[in-house]
Amino acid sequence: MPGFPMLEVRGLHARYGAIEALRGVDIDVAQGEIVTLIGANGAGKSTLLMTICGQPRASAGSIRYEGRDIAGLATFEIMRLGIAQSPEGRRVFPRMTVEENLKLGATVADVKHYDADLARVYKLFPRLEERRAQRGGTLSGGEQQMLAIGRALMGRPRLLLLDEPSLGLAPMLVKQIFATIREINAAEGVTIFLVEQNAYHALRLAHRGYVMVNGRITLAGPASDLLANPEVRAAYLEGGH
Amino acid sequence: MEYFLQQAINGLTLGAIYGLIAIGYTMVYGIIGMINFAHGEVFMIGSFLTVIFITVLGSLGIHPTFTIIALVLLLVIPFTGVWGWSIERAAYRPLRGSFRLAPLISAIGMSIFLQNLVQFLQGARNKPIPVVVPGGFTLVESDGFPVQVRWLQIVIVVMTVALMIGLTTLIHRTRFGRAQRACEQDMKMAMLLGIDVNRTISATFVLGAGLAGIAGVMVAYYYNVVNFYDGFLAGLKAFTAAVLGGIGSVPGAMLGGLLLGLIEAMWSAYFSIEYKDFAAFSILVLVLIFRPTGILGRPEIEKV
Repeated sequence: MPGFPMLEVRGLHARYGAIEALRGVDIDVAQGEIVTLIGANGAGKSTLLMTICGQPRASAGSIRYEGRDIAGLATFEIMRLGIAQSPEGRRVFPRMTVEENLKLGATVADVKHYDADLARVYKLFPRLEERRAQRGGTLSGGEQQMLAIGRALMGRPRLLLLDEPSLGLAPMLVKQIFATIREINAAEGVTIFLVEQNAYHALRLAHRGYVMVNGRITLAGPASDLLANPEVRAAYLEGGH
Repeated sequence: MEYFLQQAINGLTLGAIYGLIAIGYTMVYGIIGMINFAHGEVFMIGSFLTVIFITVLGSLGIHPTFTIIALVLLLVIPFTGVWGWSIERAAYRPLRGSFRLAPLISAIGMSIFLQNLVQFLQGARNKPIPVVVPGGFTLVESDGFPVQVRWLQIVIVVMTVALMIGLTTLIHRTRFGRAQRACEQDMKMAMLLGIDVNRTISATFVLGAGLAGIAGVMVAYYYNVVNFYDGFLAGLKAFTAAVLGGIGSVPGAMLGGLLLGLIEAMWSAYFSIEYKDFAAFSILVLVLIFRPTGILGRPEIEKV
């Protein structure tokens, strides 16, 4: 089922000031896959997503996207290649309306797709349509999460990077968001790289998974294997999901 | 009452000019969180370019007609725009990501450099130009006191209003305006959406400098004399206007400019014209103490 390699990360190092957040990370994501990266708070998961987007720059190692080395490109250039991110903390523009946020998401897309794409996002998240004229800063956490994902989709990405889409959401909403992610992947063929602390849901959703500890990948494999792995169970799954 | 009306008209004109310059301060502050102290000098360069163009045209025997006046305006805008662009590229962009005071110090240096450059190239003496927009009309007259309105004052106020409407539309309705506001609210996220942040910042500088250039042209027409030192005081006044209105807020800059112009005109009329700067800068101090966010500013603008 997996197609050609979409994202290949090799020996990636990155630092925030004096702190080395990534210490030699290898990741592969094939076209059409949902791959998840799980790990504790502060393991370096969000840093990996941001480094793929050039913020911060990789201090060593390579990042290949669709066969092309993107580690040296500026962030805006990387995002124009068909990568979109729904980042940590959602980063919805607080003083812009829902619709303006979505319009900004479409910055890298062809204008002719705009109306259809907007309709598509509103179909995935009907709540956003109800709130279209409301300012981003006044939305609830769940609505902001929908907006962040919807905004990323407006750029028509081939690779979608999602940072903790379940964070701070009610269980019902988490289910709904994960169902939507599956739909985006299955129906539209968007490749998804998902960072999660909610390991149970993430591994149930994904085809393959990685475990990150202190800036290094410690485990990798099919998601079902990781779900059954005693180490993973002990560290990330016990104590309810 | 007639006296008051006359000063209100004068204050309105002055306020329009302050407002035009203040927008450059406020937009640059909004997007990169620094005060561009060289902005007043861009305004001054606009005035000097006007003098040069008018003088050159005059020596060719071309008298200022409406077409010429408009032509000079259209010539000055791109010039000051390029100045604004160059200042950002040369003095601020290399310092982005550096410690917070670095671009501010660089801005003060750039301001001094530009003053000296113009002094060196044009001399320190006042440069006069002939009256290019003469005439006006008497609005009302009683007790032998005519309230006069110059045509130029109407031109300045009407043009400023038109520019404000245009700018508001640009910021709220266009792709560039959206990108500009996105950078202002969350620059990193703007990058993650594929927005070329550097280009957006450059465009903001060009826009602010263009408006300062227009103000420079109008001031040269209005006072008929320019000096290399003019940008300093006008710049500080416009900065005061931006702070008064709420730094970072474009409508605030317009409002602050208007209020400052009116306050200055009224102070000059009823107290002492020698101390009008005292009035303007007292306002700066009072606003900073009692309402640092200004009239229309947001409670807190912390840059991440």
